[in-house]
Formats: sequence, C-alpha cells, structure tokens
Amino acid sequence: MISAHGLKRAGSDPSTAIVLLITVLGALWALFAAAYAPDAAMRGQSWLILGGFLTGIILLVGAIAGGGVVTDEREYNESLIKAGVIASLFWGVAGLLVGVVIAFQLAFPVLNLEAFGFTSFGRLRPLHTSAVIFAFGGNVLIATSFYVVQRTCRTRIAGGIWPWFVFWGYQFFILIAASGYLIGITQGKEYAEPEWYADIWLTLVWVVYLLVFLGTLWKRKEPHIYVANWFYLAFIVTIAVLHVINNLAMPVSWLGSRSYSAFAGVQDALTQWWYGHNAVGFFLTAGFLGIMYYFIPKRVNRPVYSYRLSIIHFWSLIFIYIWAGPHHLHYTALPEWAQTLGMTFSIMLWMPSWGGMINGLMTLSGAWDKLRTDPVVRMLVMSVAFYGMSTFEGPVMSIRAVNALSHYTDWTIGHVHSGALGWVGFVSFGALYCLVPWLWKRKGMYSKALVDWHFWIATIGILLYITSMWTAGILQGLWWRTYNALGFLEYSFVETVEAMYIPYIIRAVGGVLYLAGALIMVYNVYRTVRGDAVEVDENVIDQPALEAAK
Amino acid sequence: MSGKKSLWSDLHKSLFEKNSLILTVGVLVTVSIGGIVEIAPLFYLDSTIEEVDGVRPYTPLEQLGRDIYIREGCYNCHSQMIRPLRDEVERYGHYSLAAESMYDHPFQWGSKRTGPDLARVGGRYSDEWHRDHMRLPQAVVPESVMPAYPFLETSELAFDNVEANLRALRTVGVPYSDDMLGAAVSDIETQLDPFAEDYDGFQERYPGAVMRDFDGNPDLVTELDALIAYLQVLGTMVDFSTYEAEADENLR
Repeated sequence: MISAHGLKRAGSDPSTAIVLLITVLGALWALFAAAYAPDAAMRGQSWLILGGFLTGIILLVGAIAGGGVVTDEREYNESLIKAGVIASLFWGVAGLLVGVVIAFQLAFPVLNLEAFGFTSFGRLRPLHTSAVIFAFGGNVLIATSFYVVQRTCRTRIAGGIWPWFVFWGYQFFILIAASGYLIGITQGKEYAEPEWYADIWLTLVWVVYLLVFLGTLWKRKEPHIYVANWFYLAFIVTIAVLHVINNLAMPVSWLGSRSYSAFAGVQDALTQWWYGHNAVGFFLTAGFLGIMYYFIPKRVNRPVYSYRLSIIHFWSLIFIYIWAGPHHLHYTALPEWAQTLGMTFSIMLWMPSWGGMINGLMTLSGAWDKLRTDPVVRMLVMSVAFYGMSTFEGPVMSIRAVNALSHYTDWTIGHVHSGALGWVGFVSFGALYCLVPWLWKRKGMYSKALVDWHFWIATIGILLYITSMWTAGILQGLWWRTYNALGFLEYSFVETVEAMYIPYIIRAVGGVLYLAGALIMVYNVYRTVRGDAVEVDENVIDQPALEAAK
Repeated sequence: MSGKKSLWSDLHKSLFEKNSLILTVGVLVTVSIGGIVEIAPLFYLDSTIEEVDGVRPYTPLEQLGRDIYIREGCYNCHSQMIRPLRDEVERYGHYSLAAESMYDHPFQWGSKRTGPDLARVGGRYSDEWHRDHMRLPQAVVPESVMPAYPFLETSELAFDNVEANLRALRTVGVPYSDDMLGAAVSDIETQLDPFAEDYDGFQERYPGAVMRDFDGNPDLVTELDALIAYLQVLGTMVDFSTYEAEADENLR
C-alpha cells in the first residue's frame, strides 16, 4: 500500500493484526500458566510474561486506533537503531555490573547473601553471561545489522512493524530469561540456560529477524550485497540452526517451566559444545566481523583492504568454525576421533581468523595517523588486535596437551574475556561511538577526551583481568598435577582455591575499571543525545539521508 | 586493492553477492557439514558408549535432587567428568565413562573447576558432612568460596508431580517402566525410610539405591534430602570389578 509519495501505513496491511494475535495468544498461555502451572517458579514467572504481553496488546491497540504504524519509504528507519543503541548501553552496564558482583563473590563468598536464596554465584553467573552476550551483544548486533543493511542496500528496512517486533520481542526474551535464572528456572546448559518456552519465543523472534533482514536485501537499490551483510546473514542463519537443535527438549508440562534435554550424556555434551563454541563463532565473531567490515572502513574513510581476502575470510571462517566444538571436551568420555577432529579444525581456524584481522587492520592503510588523533579508531583497532590475540590463544588452548593443563581452570575464563572485553566489547563501543553522532545528527561526541578516558581505563581493566587469570589458571593447572618426592599429589584441591584469593581480587578490580569505562561512555552518550554542545570532530562525517542518496 | 580479475571473485560477485537466497543456502550448506560429520555418528556408532553393568535411571528422589543441582547452577563451578590423567584419577577416582551419564538429560560434565570434580563424590562424605557443608561450607572447609544453601533443609520438596518428570524423561529415552512411573510419588518417601514397607519393590526397581533419611529430619521431605541423595549416588553405579577397559567393545 505505498502511496505516490512513499508513505505507508502498516495499519492497512495485516501485519499489525498478526502481531496482535501473537501477543493475545501469548497472554492466554501466560494466564493458564498462572492458574495451572505445576511448579511454583512458573506460577510466579507467568505474571511477568502476562504483563509483558498485555503491555504489547495495549500498545498495539493504541497504534491501530491511531491509524496504524506509519512507514515512510523515503527515509531510513533510524528510531529503531536509536532504540537499539540505548538498549545496548543499558544491558551492557547491567551485564558488566553483575559480572563485577560475581567476581567479588569468588573472592568474598559472604557476598552470595544466602538469606535471599537467589543471589548466589550459581544463579548470577548465567545472568552475567546471558546479559553480556545475548542482551548487550545481541542488541548491538541487531541494531548495527539493521543500520548497516539499510545503508548498504540504500533502502528502508523491510517489514513495516516487524523490525519493531524483533526489537521488543528480543527485549522480552531477555527479561523472561534473566528473571527465570533468579528464581531458579534453567535448563542447565551453559549459554543455553533459558527454558523451553523462552526458547520457542526466541525462535519466533529470530525467524522474523531473518525475514526482515532478507526482505531488506531483496529490495536493495545496490546491485551487490556488501561484505558486512554476508557476515550478518551467516550469523543470523547459523544461530537459528544452533539454537533450535541444541534446545530440543521435552517439557514436563506445557504450562510448567521444567524441561529435559532431548539428548543425554555424551551426545548432549557434543551438541551443547557444538552450540557453545559456535555461539562464540557466529554470535561473538561472525556478527561482530560484520561490524568490523562496515564501521572501520566508514570511520577511517578508506575501502576494505582486500575484496578477495574478504571472500576467503568469510567462507573459510564459517566452514571451519563449526567443527571446533569438541575442543571443549578433550580427554572426556567423548570418542577420541571427535576430539581429534575438533582440535585439527581449531588449529586451522587460526588462519581465517588472522586473515580477517589483517583485512581489518590493513584497511587503515594511508590513515594510520587516525590512530593518534581519533580515539574511536583506536578503540576499533584495539578490538581487532584483541581479536587477533584471542584467536591465536584459542587454537593453542585447543591442542590436547595444552588443554590437559588449561581445561577446567581460570585460564579459560581469561581467554574468553580477552575476546569478550577486548574484541566484542571494544568493537561494539567503537561502533556505538560512530552511531551516536550519526543518528542524533551531531558533529561529534560531547567529549572526545572522555572517549579517550574510556579507552584507557577499559584497556587497563582488560590487562588486569587477563593477566590475573593467566596466573590463576596456570597455577591451578600446575598445582593440580604436582607430585612430591614420595610420589603423592602435593596439593589438596582447597589449597588451589586459597591461592586464588589475590588473583580473584585483581580480576574484580579489572572488571570495575571496565565497568567504569562503560559508565563514562553512558554519560558521554547522554550528554551528546541531550544536545549539549559537542566538540566538532572532523572524523564524524554526516551520513546521507535516503532521498539524498538516490 | 588491485583491479585484477579473477574467475572466482567474478563468480562470487555474480552469484552469491547478487542472490541473497543462494547466499543463504550457501551458508546453510557450509555450516552443516561439520555438524553432520562430527555429531551425527555419535547417535549410531555403538562404540560411543561403553558396555557396563550397573547404570540405572535415577530414582525419583535422586532425579529431583539433580533438578535442584541444576536449578542452583552447581555446574558453573563443579565438573562431573574425570579425565584419564594420572593426577585426576588419583584425586577423584576412575576416569568417567560415557555410560555413566547415558541417562543424564542434560549432561552436567561442566567446564570449570572453581570447586572440585563431583563425578565420584557419592559415598565420599557422610550425609552429616553434606548437611553441615550445605548449611555453611566454610564451617567444614574454611578456605572454601562456595555459597551457603541453608534454605535447602527447610524447603519442603515439591514432588506431587514427579511422575510427570519421569514421564518426560521417558519420552527422551530414559527407560522408566510403567511400574516406576506408577510408584514415582511413593518411591520418594520409600527411599527416605530404610524400614519402608515397599523396600523390596523399590530395590527391584532401582537396584542398589541407597535408602535412608538423608537430611537427618525424618518429619519433613526437604530439598536437602533430594540433593544429598543425588550427590551420594554420583559415580557409584558402575561395577568396576566387571568393567574391562581393554575389551573390544570398550575401545574407542
């Protein structure tokens, strides 16, 4: 229903009604669960779910009564991206804060506050991992992918109201998952803790996300699909496959919270780590490489270093990554042939990873001076450097002999965080620092100095974090296998726990610094958005509007 | 960087970069190969799981204890997978077999040892020790950083619906018989009472299951009962006197 001047009312197509139907069905299910759920946790949580769906119903009815959602095909949808930027910052701070809390809990167990029952490390740790990976990382990915796909296709995002369904549906998923962990609802599979009903909801949201993304590609005004979009597409498609298969489960009751995984023991273990490692490979790597391939060239105003390297990088990365899961199961009851395959491909993975790193870094050719003058570029480049470092460390740790020492220790935690804080965190912050002035039409950030402060405080935080965890992990690994002169194990387990006290405090301080950096960013963004005088930054170039781009 | 033409990048440009569906299918095919080659055989190769005697489905009480173990996120700090390395075998016992977790939905092998491995914790400590430890870990292990779980011994175990739990587990492959399902609720209390009327029936259903009041409070069926029952069965099922690691069917 596009009129002559490109205005489109979503009220006149059936999509708003379909979304309304989905929310009504969801509300009905929640109502039944509130009344008949066999477990107390579900009876509690169903009220939150009901509240969420009712809010959706009220907003949708309001929108329909107001004449429907207006879609202006002459403009990019930027309010969607603005919402994503705000959500990213919110969940980022929340997730980092929980991380700091649980880091201190490991040094000072009294902070578990057992009187409450829901604040113990075991319940908060999934809250932290889900909040930083899926809530923060996921929002950054959704927001940037929606921005990039519109810009590189030179068309407004497809689907009328559906992109908003993706955004709010995803926030709702986060709320259901996070509140569930606190009251003890979990599947007990790492990074896949949400229970079956949350999983079904996410599947629906994710399929719509894929369709919106593809729909935008279909109506593109550019002849070719830009490289960043290949990575975003691979991320969306593969995460859908991983999520659905790893979460196959049998609910105890269709109104209850508990379910049992479809797989058991060794098969469940490999399915889980196939999922788990590719959550790293496709969520935390492929998706964020999409960011790298758009935001670094944009910010430094240079083309991507090598087109052919992009092609090799893309296909080899997604082909090889999927095999790497078994390196999480070295020396376990997983058959050795599978372990060996996993190790082999993990080592091969080093090459495409560094190919991508080189492609990102060399994009600065001819613009290396910006490393000195533009703290945002410094952040982006540091993120790619951390990407290179952790994608070197990963293959090393996947070697069975190394893994025999590193597995089960804090070295793994350090490794994950050099990737998460250094690569994922910094590339996200860099992209957000690019987006904020572009979206809110400012000439720069409120304060360039604060960006610099963010960069240095966070970098020092990461260094404290990973060095303390290297020390901790290698010490654990060595002490666990130390024998005395008489041929007995030298250390009891608890002696290695005791030795963690200082490293755990240093790690927590590193986390505090990283959180402080993020808070500085939030303040800086707030002042920029509010319209306070910004420092004019020659690195911020106005992004053309859709009409002008035609 | 260079304007040089190449067959492959031209093909890529005209095929994958022009058609989003071909790109999508290309991605799907590319990412499917690894999973199919690596994971699918585990479901049909007989050698994946060893042949052992003694592994049985969990009793209803143990299974509910396992659910509490999962609910509290114990897997975040404790592994249940002993690797065949000298120090691990000496510290924790015989290395873990795939058969030992064949009824574990989901598996709880873990990935981190902030605390020790629990694959063979069953029978290592007394029930009293576990009770004190759950109430306040630092009371028995002063250097421990484990959270306290004092509420477990006062929380009544919800087990009216346990038959549905076992039924769901049967759907995904745990061999619970009709008999086991029918007796699921009463088996909770039977296991907590060494003088129970149905002692023989229970032992027939779950051979070798330990029967006693785990939390020291016979008046109330608590979450602590269930959790200790689960911890005490961990790693105790396989009869290692009849297990031959070098037998053909166990070589993997």
